[in-house]
Amino acid sequence: MTQEHPATPAAASPTSSAVPAIQVKGVDFSYGDKQVLKDVTLDIPTNEVVAFIGPSGCGKTTLLRCFNRMNDLVPGAAVTKGSIIIEGANIADKAIDPVELRRHVGMVFQKYNPFPRSIYDNVAYGPRTLGERKKSVLDEVVEKSLRRAALWDEVKDRLDDIATGLSGGQQQRLCIARTMAVDPEIILMDEPCSALDPIATAHVEDLILSLREHYTIVIVTHNMQQATRVSDRTAFFYLGEMVEYDTTRKVFENPSHKRTMDYISGRFG
Amino acid sequence: MENPEQLIRKGVHHDGLKEGLVKAFLGSLTWGIVIVALLLFGRICWDGVPVLVKPDFPFIDVAFLTEKTETLHVFDDANAERHSLPASEYYQWVDEHGADAVFNAQTYSYSGGGIAGPIVGTALLTLLSIILALFFGVAAAIYLSEYAKQGRFINLVRLAILNLAGVPSIVFGLFGFAVFVLVAPVFTDVPSDRSLFAIPLGFTWLSFQGWNSSLIAGSATLACMMLPVIITASEESLRAVPQGFREASLALGATRWHTIRKCVLPFAMPGILTSSVLSLARAAGETAPIMFTAAVAAKDDFPWEGVSGPLGVLQSQVQALPYHIYTLAARIPTSEYTQRAQYGSVFVFLLMIFMFSTLSIVLRNRVRSKLKW
Repeated sequence: MTQEHPATPAAASPTSSAVPAIQVKGVDFSYGDKQVLKDVTLDIPTNEVVAFIGPSGCGKTTLLRCFNRMNDLVPGAAVTKGSIIIEGANIADKAIDPVELRRHVGMVFQKYNPFPRSIYDNVAYGPRTLGERKKSVLDEVVEKSLRRAALWDEVKDRLDDIATGLSGGQQQRLCIARTMAVDPEIILMDEPCSALDPIATAHVEDLILSLREHYTIVIVTHNMQQATRVSDRTAFFYLGEMVEYDTTRKVFENPSHKRTMDYISGRFG
Repeated sequence: MENPEQLIRKGVHHDGLKEGLVKAFLGSLTWGIVIVALLLFGRICWDGVPVLVKPDFPFIDVAFLTEKTETLHVFDDANAERHSLPASEYYQWVDEHGADAVFNAQTYSYSGGGIAGPIVGTALLTLLSIILALFFGVAAAIYLSEYAKQGRFINLVRLAILNLAGVPSIVFGLFGFAVFVLVAPVFTDVPSDRSLFAIPLGFTWLSFQGWNSSLIAGSATLACMMLPVIITASEESLRAVPQGFREASLALGATRWHTIRKCVLPFAMPGILTSSVLSLARAAGETAPIMFTAAVAAKDDFPWEGVSGPLGVLQSQVQALPYHIYTLAARIPTSEYTQRAQYGSVFVFLLMIFMFSTLSIVLRNRVRSKLKW
């Protein structure tokens, strides 16, 4: 599937013509005394799918959670050096409200986590949070989001059913729909398929491919085939450092680092 | 045929006797406790049921539940027939037959009429105290589990709150007396002489002169006593809500308070309520905290009679079931004529507590089956 993508830009070089959606500049990150990211620099171009791969504990999820400042919730966790610039704004800036940031940078979690409410209420949660009360507007947003998540036909007759009654794959797609309902520009996905069976995984992957025209997507995955199937670019992390970042085809067919080669060929990790 | 090389031998293992003894010992202890409890409840029911239950429709002695407490007058009439009448009916009888017709008159305080006063008082006290305790308790629990920076200091605060649960109720009673009865602030146009100090507000005074012995002072004291349990249980319920809900909500651009209001509290509320009902049952049974702060042994009016508005209700003293039982048991001589009130009160009280506990268990089971994630 990657073949269909016009994946030609000069890889990670900051000379890309358009302004990247996310710019990471020399970021160090620590949980208390434990440093988990070391001098990470990369640009994530708009409307592309970027995959983060690497063995457990390499910092890829941590970096992902920096993008919407989810790490603020973890005591002692902080970016200690460098900056992350999203849509031209340094997100560590005191003037940036994380609440506002998260409306532009949505997130889908590893374990699907719909609220134990109706399907409708789950999708409408975001717009309602923003103060939308009109039934007609909410109906429209719910339908549009569910359609985009390729879930509409499966649930349109039971929108009032409790969301936790859906299958795992449906719940995860519902979570993606819920994220899209607030109309973010960037969607972060933290191993979205790790709790799903292969068929549900295929559904979610198809969904990701169909979403790339609307959103910039960053996906953390342990499944390297998944990275090749859905992403335009891949970043390989190892022990808190970004070892390689290039087009997915280059990383998987002709990696420049031996460590990357070892990892993708299954020699460790 | 005996097989000399048989590995699994027949008969009792050499520790079998010890095992049996341990089982018998533990079992007899357990059943001993059960038997003592059953004897106690059996005795109360044995004497209490006849007071409350009647053989004919509506099968319950409604008067006992709805009439006020009165003094019981026991006397012989001219025909040497024994009468036992509550005060109101006694005076009627005397009016009809004349005071000369009464012989061997005896009176038993609090033993006639019903126990509506104590029932109403206990109901009001528990209702008001649970409202106060839930409001303060849930607020504190939200702060402790959602906002406070976790660390040694907060753990210390938690430990202090837990220890507060072990403070004897009489100490809470004295605390309530010292704080709510004597110095709690009130708005008044004329500060009392014993006011600790009064702050002039122009149109009125904020005077620290206490709430006197009153429904509100008693409820506040009971609420203080329930707070530790409610805070601890609420915090546990809040923590039981999956972190994923909070993260999902925050990631959708909700503020912290919005997240708590919409994605945490609703799912924690059933657990909070269940444990609250249990602590409510305990609070309803306490005598010591209300002795100095709210309860009176005898009162002719319901709390809402002879007062102006809801504020008046809060300021009035009340009777309460546990205190009533204490009064009946300890303050008046026991005789065959007082037993009706004594066992009746205890039985009704037990029924009330039993209802609270059942409610809490039913609530918990319903919630458990309904909320799954």
